[in-house]
Amino acid sequence: MRTSSGHGGSASRTPVGDVCVPIRTDADVVAARSLGRSVAETHGFGGTDVTMIATAISELARNILKYADEGEIVVETVERNSQPGVSVVARDEGPGIPDVGLAMQDGFSTANSLGLGLPGTRRLMDEFEIVSSPGAGTVITAIKWLR
Amino acid sequence: MPVPILKQGDCLIASIQAALTDADLLDLRDQLSERVGRHRSRGVIVDVTVLDVLDSFASRMLRTIAEMMRLRGAETVIVGIQPEVAFSMVQLGLSLDGVTTVLDLEEGLAHLERSRRERVAYARG
Repeated sequence: MRTSSGHGGSASRTPVGDVCVPIRTDADVVAARSLGRSVAETHGFGGTDVTMIATAISELARNILKYADEGEIVVETVERNSQPGVSVVARDEGPGIPDVGLAMQDGFSTANSLGLGLPGTRRLMDEFEIVSSPGAGTVITAIKWLR
Repeated sequence: MPVPILKQGDCLIASIQAALTDADLLDLRDQLSERVGRHRSRGVIVDVTVLDVLDSFASRMLRTIAEMMRLRGAETVIVGIQPEVAFSMVQLGLSLDGVTTVLDLEEGLAHLERSRRERVAYARG
């Protein structure tokens, strides 16, 4: 199942350099968000945006640990219609999300946590897309555009 | 990296120096719980000024610490949440309901001092 939000559109996204952090332990969560912060800062994002990106990375990395045990976070710079942005891709080969629509509702959780992870993370970013199905893992792509 | 915990009068000050892993946060919770008993502390300040991210786990742990300290008879004050961190927490839907938060360490110490005076005044009737 696929769900997305934001402006979307058919414009091409050209990666201009990326970094990949394997997520296996709680220390990797810190490493991933710190790395994402540097990528965003390097590409001209300001304090509030950088913090929102770092927080989103933290939540996505946390979800990988919680639901899939391991996976990876890829942070890359993207461009659409000359507008630069930072894309965060969280990828795992875990059990997948049976009902993405349900997982995106505030308050829903299967791991007895706050259940705010995905909808909250979507609010931190400009675009948010989940591709997941049971048994096939999960790929979440979240983008923030430089304003 | 363990968080240094300083004792000042009947207060403990946990002065976070760098980004914390989940394990560090759990360790901080346990250390504070033990030290509050050992020093008979009445107030605990957790200084998060250097933290550039407070995500769902960190927020939950701060609430847990505050509640545990309350059960142990001490009042917790979280100090130093940066403006962009506060903004991200709100966007994410996190709250520190029921936890006292003030601007910085100075305000935190002043808050605990006021609480101490109120306790003394109450004890004297």
